[in-house]
Amino acid sequence: MSTVLALAGEVTTGEAATFYILAPIALIGAIGMVWARNAVHSALFLVLTMLSLGVFYILQAGPFIGMVQIIVYTGAIMMLFLFVLMLIGRDASDSLIETLRGQRTVALLLGIGFAGLLCTGLGRAVGSMTSVGLDEANAAGNTQGIARDLFTKYVFAFEVTSALLITAAVGAMLLAHVEKVKAEKVTQLEMMRARFAPGNYPAPKPGPGVFAATNSVAAPGLLPDRTVAGRSLSALVPTRELTEAEAAPKGTEK
Amino acid sequence: MNLAESPKLEDFGHDVWWIILIKVVGIFAFLVVMTLFTIWYERKVVGRMQHRPGPNRVGPIGLLQSLADGLKLAFKEDIMPKLADKAVFFIAPVISTVCAFTAFSIMPLGGMVSIFGERTPLQLTDLPVAVLLVLACGGLGIYGIVLGGWASGSTYPLLGGLRSAAQMISYEVAMGLSIVAVFMTAGSMSTSEIVAAQANGSQQEIFGSTVTLPGWYFLMLLPSFLIYFISAVGETNRAPFDLPEAESELVGGFHTEYSSLKFALFFLAEYINMVTVSALCTTLFLGGWRAPAPITTWWAGANEGWWPLLWFTVKVLILLFVFVWLRGTLPRLRYDQFMRFGWKVLVPINLVWILLVAGVRVAANADNTVRYAIYGGFAVLLVGIIMFWPAKKQVEPASIAPEKLPEGSFPIPPMDLVVPPSPRTKRIEHAAAAPSATPEQGE
Repeated sequence: MSTVLALAGEVTTGEAATFYILAPIALIGAIGMVWARNAVHSALFLVLTMLSLGVFYILQAGPFIGMVQIIVYTGAIMMLFLFVLMLIGRDASDSLIETLRGQRTVALLLGIGFAGLLCTGLGRAVGSMTSVGLDEANAAGNTQGIARDLFTKYVFAFEVTSALLITAAVGAMLLAHVEKVKAEKVTQLEMMRARFAPGNYPAPKPGPGVFAATNSVAAPGLLPDRTVAGRSLSALVPTRELTEAEAAPKGTEK
Repeated sequence: MNLAESPKLEDFGHDVWWIILIKVVGIFAFLVVMTLFTIWYERKVVGRMQHRPGPNRVGPIGLLQSLADGLKLAFKEDIMPKLADKAVFFIAPVISTVCAFTAFSIMPLGGMVSIFGERTPLQLTDLPVAVLLVLACGGLGIYGIVLGGWASGSTYPLLGGLRSAAQMISYEVAMGLSIVAVFMTAGSMSTSEIVAAQANGSQQEIFGSTVTLPGWYFLMLLPSFLIYFISAVGETNRAPFDLPEAESELVGGFHTEYSSLKFALFFLAEYINMVTVSALCTTLFLGGWRAPAPITTWWAGANEGWWPLLWFTVKVLILLFVFVWLRGTLPRLRYDQFMRFGWKVLVPINLVWILLVAGVRVAANADNTVRYAIYGGFAVLLVGIIMFWPAKKQVEPASIAPEKLPEGSFPIPPMDLVVPPSPRTKRIEHAAAAPSATPEQGE
């Protein structure tokens, strides 16, 4: 498949069709990401754009980089984004109040201006360029070509980048890590001893309504001598003793 | 083995459109039938393990049970929770299912076959990076679960979705690393070429003597195989790693609020994912569609034509049996145990193993000085691991003997209580001592 697509300078029908289907989708994703009010919807639109970009890489004879784009960016990094957004809560939407008056209009104008400058600049620079060397780079296979470059010519840059990333990860872990004082940690043995220590009753608390005439949550548990078991009283539910008439048998029993 | 029958990467991408259509429909049908069959198979096997017959009412030996269940599910009422994010709630199961089906497109089901006179590989397509496509589809498929959990607008599904996100990120690392050793040995990431590389055992020179290594990678790369399978169980959310849908903690997990067809799609995706990881395991480690050794020695045509489809399916079913076996045997792990296992056991072992495989491969092609340096390095590493292996901590024997408790504690019985012999035991011993007396008493 890649050998067919790798022919430099030629655009096959399949490639063109895929491009014209996916390019608008990628654009919709990008615009939707900015416009969506809900943070999770925004992230999903970004996923759409990244997925389309991954397919574009594959189309342009870079299957490895395309797959890595999908696995790493779409699969792992955006998933982490979603993870954080979901932890923040589902109602974390943008507020509609403008704190700086007129900043939205100015931002829109500046954005359009920047996009225009970028597009014309890039268009002039690469518009009439003929690409060379793709076939030679992919001669032994795309993955093998990338591997050779990465581990021979650019091995130092590659290692430095990985060291940087690991430092960042370790730093983040260090900042988020909470050191536990050994003395404060309660072991299971200590918990077990505390359970039988003076002042603690190891058995479960009596449920509400134990030995009572009703099993309502509101009725306190009664001890065998018909006094109220204090431990069965809930702090949240107000207790309600039944009257004699309520507690009397309803006549449904045999 | 007939190597002419195994397709090369150049054989792909030249199919006529109707051949592609047939293959796509074929794979769809294969997966749906496998799903229906696997549900029945799982229920039957688990039933046997628990000494009960399992489904046996609908169809012969209950074979149509899952079809009946599926039809019932489709006609149930579709409930949309009031707090749900409507669009995402709808899309989530679709994402899961689409990704599950897509991943199967690169599975080599057989060698070259003839479909209505056209010679074509029994595989929809192949890429130079085909195995990565399965990983990518797995990664995207989890979006369905995570979004389904989030969009339901309720607590348990959200917790299930969060767990699933963390689980998938952790276990995909282990899974990706376990495949690296296969890539290095096969020299390719294309599934058809990995199957071709396992056709014959390679000749390897180890310490001066030439040894024929076993062709299938599950023997030669045993640690990779085991780690792949363990992380595959984690990736597919199957017991004992089914934390996103742990019913004792999270009701149904991410699919608590789902009903009708949307729930059926999640169900379908889960079973297809199981089939896919089993198929990938077959492809990477169990020789793919090739027949096992004893068959090929007395039947040369075992790897020709449509027969490979049979071997492939049998291997996948054996792996699916292991999935069911695990579910029937092991209790669910706690979440922190599960994470610790992934990051502190699977990933480090994998990294060391990749280093070993790479070292052996370099040593095989290097001159003697480099070779001895590499083997010496391994020896030093081994000695270092043995020397610095953390000693087991001396644990104080857990005891709450009454004499150790302070005055006024809740009374507990002494810990050295001896259970008195049961009076019935005495009677049996007595009867055993005088065997002749017993039968006459019965009459």
